[in-house]
Amino acid sequence: MILHRDDDPAKRPILVETGDFHKVTNIIAGPTEARFNLTWAILLMLTGSLLCLMVALFGYLFWEGIGLWGVNSSVSWGWAIVNFVWWIGIGHAGTLISAILFLFRQKWRTAINRFSEAMTIFAVMCAGVFPAFHVGRVWVVYYIFPLPNQMQAWPNTRSPLFWDVFAVSTYFTVSVLFWYMGLIPDLATLRDRATTKVKQAILGIFAVGWRGSARHWQNYERAYLILAAIATPLVLSVHSIVSFDFAASKVPGWHTTIFPPYFVAGAVFSGFALVSTLLIVAREVFGLKEVVRMHHLENMNKFMLLTGSIVGYAYAMELFIAWYSGSVYERFAFYHRALGTYWWAYASMVSCNVLVPQLFWFRSIRRNIPIMFIMTIFINIGMWFERFVIVITLHASFLPSSWGYFRPTWVDIFTFVGTFGLFGTFFLLFLKFLPQLAISEVKGVMPESSPHHGHANH
Amino acid sequence: MSNPTSHAPSAPKLFGILAEFGSPADVHSAAKKIRDAGYKKWDVHSPFPIHGIETAMGLGDSKLGWIAFFCACAGAFGGFSMQFWIHKYAYPLLIGGKPMIAYPAYVPVTFEPGILFTALGCILGMLILNGLPRLYHPTFKSENFKKFSDNGFFVTIETKDPLFKNVEATRSFLQSIGARNIEVLED
Repeated sequence: MILHRDDDPAKRPILVETGDFHKVTNIIAGPTEARFNLTWAILLMLTGSLLCLMVALFGYLFWEGIGLWGVNSSVSWGWAIVNFVWWIGIGHAGTLISAILFLFRQKWRTAINRFSEAMTIFAVMCAGVFPAFHVGRVWVVYYIFPLPNQMQAWPNTRSPLFWDVFAVSTYFTVSVLFWYMGLIPDLATLRDRATTKVKQAILGIFAVGWRGSARHWQNYERAYLILAAIATPLVLSVHSIVSFDFAASKVPGWHTTIFPPYFVAGAVFSGFALVSTLLIVAREVFGLKEVVRMHHLENMNKFMLLTGSIVGYAYAMELFIAWYSGSVYERFAFYHRALGTYWWAYASMVSCNVLVPQLFWFRSIRRNIPIMFIMTIFINIGMWFERFVIVITLHASFLPSSWGYFRPTWVDIFTFVGTFGLFGTFFLLFLKFLPQLAISEVKGVMPESSPHHGHANH
Repeated sequence: MSNPTSHAPSAPKLFGILAEFGSPADVHSAAKKIRDAGYKKWDVHSPFPIHGIETAMGLGDSKLGWIAFFCACAGAFGGFSMQFWIHKYAYPLLIGGKPMIAYPAYVPVTFEPGILFTALGCILGMLILNGLPRLYHPTFKSENFKKFSDNGFFVTIETKDPLFKNVEATRSFLQSIGARNIEVLED
């Protein structure tokens, strides 16, 4: 009961206060049936073009080989892995926000859960394309899975790269299932409101014949609870395993035990930042101000302050341990990281990730939309630089003769830009064609939903 | 069987009776009365899960937890034994001097399939226990029933229920507990 602090009406989505289930249905389902608005169409054209750019560049890469990227023999990971880790990190907040807030019975989650779950799925899709192409021969990418093959060879399951395959594919599948399950009752609502036969048939198939039976709801709620309960440790495991890709190697600057918690905190940090960025935009474009309230944004900002500070602590601890270890290689790796060739990347990382979020100590800044928006962009840039700083450690490897300067090519840059098209296109389609909020959940937290509502007046 | 009219091709088979209630509170108290009257084959339909309706209906606990638990064990066991089998029998390749049965290194791929199978078990288990996907259901014939996913609260009592004697008796019972818009549903 202590957790029900959001019983304070100022903190609930205003929608919950309408007191009318039908109104709620209309408000949430209405936009999926209305004609698209112009802003949406222009944004979709923009993201669609970027998506085409990405597809074209991957086609070019497919034809020519990964020499088109800036990767070289010491920095063999390059931007592809930087982008992979960045996108997968972004994808961490969605399911975590949704699942943890559900387990803690935070009713305000209904304002953002559908949204952030969708974001997770699309971010993981963007992440997935990079390692798939980075393997070099994308047409045999199925070798990464333990499938019987004519060579009678099996993957090395003791390798973190293999763990990563399982972690990311499990994460993607579970996130899709969690999202889809939440959608079933809402798809039934859309089906029952459908005006054309075709719409009704398509929605009908995806709504699996849901008829709101209490016997069904009972199993449904149990399944949702278990999914939320397993999604939480899953989120923590996925980025820990991503960090093993680095930490389980013997490269100075990577081989540290702080990596798993540090990566998880960073992932949640960047994920919250992107959820905020998108929420701020969607509030303006889709008129969600009544739903996503200042209180919710402020909560997110507090979370960014917390995780940003954890990340700052991890940076400091890395430097301390490098010194304390007494290993010349560790010491050099960190000295070089902070003050060497790529000092500017390190400086951007620290200023965006550690210094910028400290502004969130001030309540006026936590509640100022334009400043908040700029800060979330900074945080996302900073988190991209964090992954760049880590991957670029490779440019000064064990053999000084192979030291060099890594530079991305134009293909690197525009492929990364293109993934925003992939993300944006799916996200805009989601915003238009599916309910942006969970209709049945919003109704479920309305005071009128209680079987004891109104009994006091009798 | 004794009734000759039931063999006539024109007489449709009945599924049951559909009744609407005004609010979650109404359908909740009606559910308690239907339960106490001893009905077995009946159901409540609502746009969201009504808190405490399973007790009001006298339903047992969901079996889904057991399905999820079984799937979790199967996934984790499958993940671990796959790795064991690969390194012990199928493809014992020495890499980096690591032992073949390096069970600490098997932990991630034991955990992840455990989670994956649990999630699949949850959603498939939910669908199977609920008898879904089922795109046709007699309730869908009612135009009024479309409200169930918006703001309608319904009760259906099936003709298969042992207490179901005839349409009129059930109709008046439902009316006596506050139902409105009562419809007879064909199968």
